[in-house]
Amino acid sequence: MDMKPTRDGFGEGLLELGKTHPNVVAVSGDLEDSARAHWFKKQYPDRFFSVGIAEQDMIGTAAGLAMAGKIPFACSFAQFVTGKTLEQLRMAVCYQKLSVKVVGSHGGLSVGADGATAEALEEFTHMRSLPGMAVVVPCDALEAKKSAIAAANYPGPVFLRLGRAPAPMLTKESDPFTIGKAVVMRPGNDLTIVACGLMVQHSLEAAELLNQEGIQARVINLHTIKPIDAEALIEAAKATGAILTVEEHTVLGGLGGAVAEVIVQKHPVPMQFVGIQDRFGTSGDPVELLKYFRLMPSDIAAAARELLQRKRSAPAKRA
Amino acid sequence: MTQNAKQPSIQELQAIALDLRRTILQTIAKAGSGHPGGSLSMVELLTALYWAKLRHNPKDPDWAERDIFLLSKGHGCPALYTVLAYQGYFPKEELATLRKFSTRLQGHPERGALPGIEMSAGSLGQGLSMANGIALADRMDGRKRRIYCLMGDGEIQEGQVWEAAMTSHHHHLDSVCAIIDANQLQQNGPVAQIQDIEPLVDKWRAFGFHTLEINGHNMEEVVRAYDEAAKIKGKPQAIVARTVKGKGVSFMELNHAWHGVAPNPDELKKALDQLHTVTS
Repeated sequence: MDMKPTRDGFGEGLLELGKTHPNVVAVSGDLEDSARAHWFKKQYPDRFFSVGIAEQDMIGTAAGLAMAGKIPFACSFAQFVTGKTLEQLRMAVCYQKLSVKVVGSHGGLSVGADGATAEALEEFTHMRSLPGMAVVVPCDALEAKKSAIAAANYPGPVFLRLGRAPAPMLTKESDPFTIGKAVVMRPGNDLTIVACGLMVQHSLEAAELLNQEGIQARVINLHTIKPIDAEALIEAAKATGAILTVEEHTVLGGLGGAVAEVIVQKHPVPMQFVGIQDRFGTSGDPVELLKYFRLMPSDIAAAARELLQRKRSAPAKRA
Repeated sequence: MTQNAKQPSIQELQAIALDLRRTILQTIAKAGSGHPGGSLSMVELLTALYWAKLRHNPKDPDWAERDIFLLSKGHGCPALYTVLAYQGYFPKEELATLRKFSTRLQGHPERGALPGIEMSAGSLGQGLSMANGIALADRMDGRKRRIYCLMGDGEIQEGQVWEAAMTSHHHHLDSVCAIIDANQLQQNGPVAQIQDIEPLVDKWRAFGFHTLEINGHNMEEVVRAYDEAAKIKGKPQAIVARTVKGKGVSFMELNHAWHGVAPNPDELKKALDQLHTVTS
């Protein structure tokens, strides 16, 4: 299987936007190489602005560019571009309804050896709580490229979470991509696994393990956590009666929380959350870390079996 | 100054400022809350800008070639709202809705809610970054205009201001003019006691700004400073305006208790009694 980091796909998307969208510009806090925005910088030096290691000013500068009609992509590590800047994103970007695109590379555990301070594990929660902010987490490099282009065409602020480590290609060039439209990656009616980013691949592998036991798991790629595709989730809850969420992120208020907000109100079924359990990351090889934090396909399959037990012992629901 | 308008004399500007002060106080009193001290300290700065310097058109607030004024110290908005109403951006009667439910005159300015408001504010320290962003976009597009950003002296304790100052300097943003309303007080007392920011002029110079220091209540000095700043090429400018918080009302002047409190009817009457003739 082809392997490529999602940040590379983003970099290619930004480069293409350089050609098609003269209003697209990039702002960076000295991490443009990490976010793969340096390809755009090389090609369009007059449309790239560095503000040094100053994330708050980076977001303010991006807001100003958007106020004057540009479509700025503000690029840094996922942790710094969302963590140091929450207030700037809230007032300067979201309150002003500006079309600023916030790009966070090195999301999740994939930064690996750098350890806890660089491992973004809470940003879905922060970003989706901001009024009007879309939250997009592509599952592979191709989807990352499409999400960069879709973000530029999206009317409001968008947060894009990218990974550093190479990830397998799951989608094809011809697959449609729309912000807010979930993708069913594998059919199944026993339970639904909802995931984003790298965890889509792990969930597909988990579904394969479950298949060997005769369990048919539906796998949904929820690349857009907000605005959430409630219709696809409700349909899955009705069809499968159990939902497992999987994210390379804290289980507190992230993808799992967003899905639960829909399911609990519209069609309650047993749910379970796989993710980071209220703690910081640590140094290590990315795969080693994914094992340690129980985010491997076998961990997802184990959670799925537990959830199925709960589904079977739950009182029968009348439709 | 609106397009084709004749520049008013210093005496005329002073008379306008006096009238503005009275209306600002009446507006805050009517609202029952707001920030009189920091509104009164910047009246001359706003009067000179809107009546003598800024290229803008109240009939066409989105005019693409207009100069931009960003009020970074958002709590001073009663002064800005009053200026915009006098300039004809919206009816003066609407000032009576300040801070009320469903008003366009939010407790802190909201971009898009009210004609003439270029930026949302209220979370301090963010305006200069946005001024830089606008200036960078203007440079790309070959648009020639000035961007003014008014900050408080307490406000510039925010670290983002200095991040932004480095950006203005690094990118040689000579269309950006920072104005510091150095009114000496912040919410809990004198700036010098809470977190000293001096030497203010040296700081802005060291950050690469062409820096002017003026008496911010002397209309002639204010107008001259705007004129000089506009001539500077290759460098951003900073106007450090030495002002008095609560200027014009004896019991409000340099009294931090008047940072965020509205006058009651008796206090309003006393204040208005003092605002009859031009003094500065």
